[in-house]
Amino acid sequence: MKEAVLHLENGLEFQGYSFGYEFLAEGEVVFSTSMVGYPEALTDPNYEGQILCITYPLIGNYGVPDDNKENGISLNYESDKIHVKGVIVLDYSFNYSHWNAVKSLDQWLKENKIPGIYGVDTRELTKYLRDHGSQLGAIIPRGFNTPSKFYNPNLENQVAKVSCTEVTKYGKEGGKKVVLVDCGVNNSILRKLVSRDVELIRVPWDYDFNTLEYDGVIVSNGPGNPEFCTETIKNIQVAMEKNKPVFGICMGNQLLAKAAGAQTVKLPYGHRSHNQPVRLAGTEKCYITSQNHSYAVDNNSLGADWEPMFINMNDGSNEGIRHKNGRFFGVQFYPDNNTLFDDFLNLL
Amino acid sequence: MDKSIKKVILLGSGALKIGEAGEFDYSGSQAIKAMREEGIETILINPNIATVQTSEGVADKIYFLPVTPFYVEKVIQKEKPQGILLAFGGQTALNCGVKLYEQGILEKYNLKVLGTPVQAIMDTEDRELFVKKLDEIDVKTIKSHAVENIEDAVASAAELGYPVIIRAAYALGGLGSGFCDNEEELRKLAEKSFSYSPQVLVEKSLKGWKEIEFEVMRDRFDNCIAVCNMENFDPLGIHTGESIVVAPCQTLTNQEVVKLRELAIRIVKHVGIVGECNVQFAFDTNSEDYRVIEVNARLSRSSALASKATGYPLAFVAAKLGLGYGLFDLKNSVTKTTPAFFEPTLDYVVCKIPRWDLSKFHGVSREIGSSMKSVGEVMSIGRTFEETIQKGLRMIGQGAHGFVANKEIVVEDIDKALRQPTDKRIFVISKAFNAGYTVEQIHELTKIDRWFLDKLYNIKITADELRALNTLEEVDFELLKRAKCQGFSDFQVGRLVLKDSIDGEEMAMAVRNYRKGFGLAPVVKQIDTLAAEYPAQANYLYLTYNGTKSDVDFKGDRKSIIVLGSGAYRIGSSVEFDWCSVNALQTIRKSGWRGVMINYNPETVSTDYDMCDRLYFDELTFERVMDIHDLENPHGMVVSVGGQIPNNLAIRLDANGVNLLGTSASSIDNAEDRHKFSSLMDELGIDQPKWKELTSLSDIHKFVEQVGYPVLVRPSYVLSGAAMNVCSNDKELEEFLSLAANVSKKHPVVVSEFVRHAKEIEFDAVAENGKVIAYAISEHIEFAGVHSGDATIQFPPQKLYVETARRIKKIARKTAEALKISGPFNMQFLAKENDIKVIECNLRASRSFPFVSKVLKINFIELATKVMIGEEVTPPAKSAFDLDYVGIKASQFSFARLQKADPILGVDMASTGEVGCIGDNTDEAILKSMLSVGYSIPKKNILISSGDAKQKAELLKACRLLADKGYTIYATGGSHKYLSENNIPSIRAYWPTEEGNEPQALEMLQNKQIDMVINIPKNMTHTELTNGYRIRRAAVDFNIPLITNTRLASAFIISFCNMTEDEIEIKSWDEYK
Repeated sequence: MKEAVLHLENGLEFQGYSFGYEFLAEGEVVFSTSMVGYPEALTDPNYEGQILCITYPLIGNYGVPDDNKENGISLNYESDKIHVKGVIVLDYSFNYSHWNAVKSLDQWLKENKIPGIYGVDTRELTKYLRDHGSQLGAIIPRGFNTPSKFYNPNLENQVAKVSCTEVTKYGKEGGKKVVLVDCGVNNSILRKLVSRDVELIRVPWDYDFNTLEYDGVIVSNGPGNPEFCTETIKNIQVAMEKNKPVFGICMGNQLLAKAAGAQTVKLPYGHRSHNQPVRLAGTEKCYITSQNHSYAVDNNSLGADWEPMFINMNDGSNEGIRHKNGRFFGVQFYPDNNTLFDDFLNLL
Repeated sequence: MDKSIKKVILLGSGALKIGEAGEFDYSGSQAIKAMREEGIETILINPNIATVQTSEGVADKIYFLPVTPFYVEKVIQKEKPQGILLAFGGQTALNCGVKLYEQGILEKYNLKVLGTPVQAIMDTEDRELFVKKLDEIDVKTIKSHAVENIEDAVASAAELGYPVIIRAAYALGGLGSGFCDNEEELRKLAEKSFSYSPQVLVEKSLKGWKEIEFEVMRDRFDNCIAVCNMENFDPLGIHTGESIVVAPCQTLTNQEVVKLRELAIRIVKHVGIVGECNVQFAFDTNSEDYRVIEVNARLSRSSALASKATGYPLAFVAAKLGLGYGLFDLKNSVTKTTPAFFEPTLDYVVCKIPRWDLSKFHGVSREIGSSMKSVGEVMSIGRTFEETIQKGLRMIGQGAHGFVANKEIVVEDIDKALRQPTDKRIFVISKAFNAGYTVEQIHELTKIDRWFLDKLYNIKITADELRALNTLEEVDFELLKRAKCQGFSDFQVGRLVLKDSIDGEEMAMAVRNYRKGFGLAPVVKQIDTLAAEYPAQANYLYLTYNGTKSDVDFKGDRKSIIVLGSGAYRIGSSVEFDWCSVNALQTIRKSGWRGVMINYNPETVSTDYDMCDRLYFDELTFERVMDIHDLENPHGMVVSVGGQIPNNLAIRLDANGVNLLGTSASSIDNAEDRHKFSSLMDELGIDQPKWKELTSLSDIHKFVEQVGYPVLVRPSYVLSGAAMNVCSNDKELEEFLSLAANVSKKHPVVVSEFVRHAKEIEFDAVAENGKVIAYAISEHIEFAGVHSGDATIQFPPQKLYVETARRIKKIARKTAEALKISGPFNMQFLAKENDIKVIECNLRASRSFPFVSKVLKINFIELATKVMIGEEVTPPAKSAFDLDYVGIKASQFSFARLQKADPILGVDMASTGEVGCIGDNTDEAILKSMLSVGYSIPKKNILISSGDAKQKAELLKACRLLADKGYTIYATGGSHKYLSENNIPSIRAYWPTEEGNEPQALEMLQNKQIDMVINIPKNMTHTELTNGYRIRRAAVDFNIPLITNTRLASAFIISFCNMTEDEIEIKSWDEYK
């Protein structure tokens, strides 16, 4: 048991023990209240630049699955690598047990050079982040020095870091052509699209997809502040001018809003969990959704042709927008268990 | 919301029984609260008088009547409600609702079922319909064949391949179900199952798979949420009520949880649930293969657990959904700002652990399996699995200090004990670790997931490290902290290090002081449903060592009062103490104090965070109560309303500076300590049965020579007769003593004279500074010798000499004065002629407090609490002699679930619950109460074996009545002869040992030719497999009403011979004035 400390930018410290890669980790400290799914969370590109505090205290229980791929897409991870800068847990489970596990979380973190800290009062930390907003911070194993200045991912274009660098095609030719703008797309979104008989063209975040022939555009999820993605916003505007159906997911929703002239705001501590309740505006239909974002669309800044599509039932923040013509829409959550992909494909 | 509903009927679950216990008091109370919030009048039918839901100010009208279509229809006729709630009274209410529907009664009275429609209920209850329904949406169920006779069952099993599981349709908690490895076993079990249900299901066994449950809510707008998922520690094959259950699931990946959640919601939507529903899955351990085990379209034990585990009030919200609300309309009752449409996230782990009381039953099998035997449960909360499970193992209250540092259990064959689980399985695992078994070996034998076993092994490692040390000073901070984070109690640490070198309490105290020297203390965390994501003023709390800071502030203004609850329901301590706790809290809060509750029983209303200002869902151990006391710094503590657990803590708490409200600790000691109490009685000139505290066998024999057999033998601190026994001869005495001596070394054996054919009388009262201000005298129907918890109790007494009552009052007054009682107390007396002896005195509320309070309509607990907190009280003017009606408290037995147990009553309590019914006379009250605990009026044939000469004579009048009423009496040898001599016609029936003679009593039972069995054992010996045992057991196994006591049998027979069911008056509680 090697001691480590979580140090926040304002000087607050939480004691714990080091696990995973024993090294300094710097980033924005955020929390997620999802009770399962650490392999998925750690590989979620939306966490790029962040140190993740998991509020569920028992972590590592079922180990880490292998990286088997189908159609070039990982079946168990959300991307090709771990995106978090570090992991904070209360009770790390050194022994794991699951039929599909191939290694422990500790080993996986070591292999990927990602530091972790356990033994932290994660509830106390979460309350602090909730009350004071997300903080910059560092995991500092004993023997390492506290950095004088903390790395701030919000000053950088995180999307550029996680987006693909070249155009890739999935699915069979001859189907409807769907452009997927990769701002840091999750594999689960890729898997859902590929299973739907379309020709999927995955392009980098700043790629001018209007040079291609296509039937509709999906703008994916991604990390950080939408302000950095001016090229993407411009490309979306052109697509809308061409009246091509556009579907934005998470970051994509924010970029769509910006393309429509609306504003985004930073939430105090973001939405990061599997249990965010949203309501389809003007209906009695409600959904429990998975989310991971720091920024949200400002409902009040939407133009006359636009309206909120989903509303967060906890804090009233925007969870999706749509154009009154019905051809452009976006959601702020991962569309897991509803018909949104089908709704989009029906527009093509 | 449906505005046409102004008045609703809610069906309760009746007496507590195995498989249907306190959880339905909680869910029913929540539903009533939801209705009242909407201004809807509530009519409750529930004969369980000890519940919170049957209290004043909960439902608008209460009927203490059996929950059967016959009585429910009568209440409907009278009350003319618009709606009915079927989902809040367990299987009893659900079954009754289905019958009401099938008989067209709901339609006849135009009654709207609020919540899940009856057709949907039937789709989930009838196995064939269920499988069909789930096939429609491609959801896999367990391959199951519904059969209607034994031969078809055998054929089905052959086709599916053994092992198979068989279960009776429409039976609660797995009654009449079990595993069969071969045809012989199948034939045996199937015969029994068919006695419960005309339909029996044969299924392929999936033993060893994981068992996962989801609690799902759906509103009429088709919005669905999965509120909680839970994983059984014990793999499939052990009923979920018998299993340790962990929430949330620990060994499933995200993909697996998502998959099962999606399936659960798909099912709930397709079935058309409106309200709450439980879905149970079997889940493969080597793939994502699954089967749906069952769906419960009602509130259940699991839903009560899920409510407490998450803080989400499932029953309350379900009731509102039944009225037509959407989940989006309702608020999260913890945050009060966010909506009820959300899925709670936990940042802690909970464990439910069943509480068994199998040692109370003679001859019962200790193996646990697909049928439920446990009588209660606890829920522990912590932030590591180690912490949580160790807390839980202490909470079950059966002498364990956690997973380690217990008295080593004796196991002949560890392999076998691991393979064939018993109620002691977890301690066998502990033993196996000590014997060198690896996690892998134990996994192979038990199929318990390695993750759980690894966690248990962590505890063992820490224990080994502690054991290697010899003084506390050698225990460094890191090790002590780790131990506390893993849930070790101070006592455990002390015992491991100091090896029982000093007294246990001293040892624990030494560790406590040593630990405090390090600044090591637990912190208080909230259960807020959202893992701290949103600020919440949650008053639902637990303690943990896995944290650095408490979530709540402590005012230290001494304006709070802590009430200690009752802990796990067990035989002898059950919902009645929850009623007492809740009423004490209410009185405390009304008087302007903050009420603080400590309890850990998820089945209770007292652990509803709405009931108090702060709820500590935590241990009732000295250590934990002191931890909370140190933090809360209350005005004082109430230890007299939660039964024996708080009572037993009184002296230590007092010695450590806790301000006990009410009767002083030294008085409690004077009443609890047999010697002190006896000398007090001698001083006061009050008679007691002769007794002696003895330490050697020869002394005991000398004493027995003086008083003569039978004698009562017991240890000094008792809870509902634990380990006490009546011995009728030297052999029994010597046999029993070898067991009792093991029970408690600290307390020597007490032997007392056993008075036969004496009346037993209860005195429940409240005193203020030694002066009795309210009392209730009630009498047992049975003669002394039947435990007071099993006896049928009549209040006000109808056959008591005025002189007897006068003397009892006088004795009680003297006692109250001598012990300076302030608060509730209870005394028990023996009366023969006017000769009165005291047999017990408890300076706390007793089991019969809710019963007498509700019959007399004076709330004894409210009075007692006012006394304890120093409010002014006016002694009530009313006396029991003014009552124009009679209350009968009858006991509910669960022998049907306790395979092989001899269904006989004695000094050891065996009942699991009770009802209390009110009638205009004794006959009516007896009839209502007996019907409420499951008896039925026999149609034609009655089998009688009437015991010894005296007992035969006692039954004579009743037998004559039966004959006059045209009943056919079948009587065994002696009884037949006796009846003939007294000119009562009977047909002789033969004992199993009288082979070759017809009719054979046993065969008549098997053929359902008998409608009631009266079988009076000749003496108190438990000679197993005697003729009597076989008849009694057959009656229970074939679901034929059985009475084993002459006085009760007479009372019941007289009541149904004197009046018919149609003559029973349908009157609500408030109509008895």
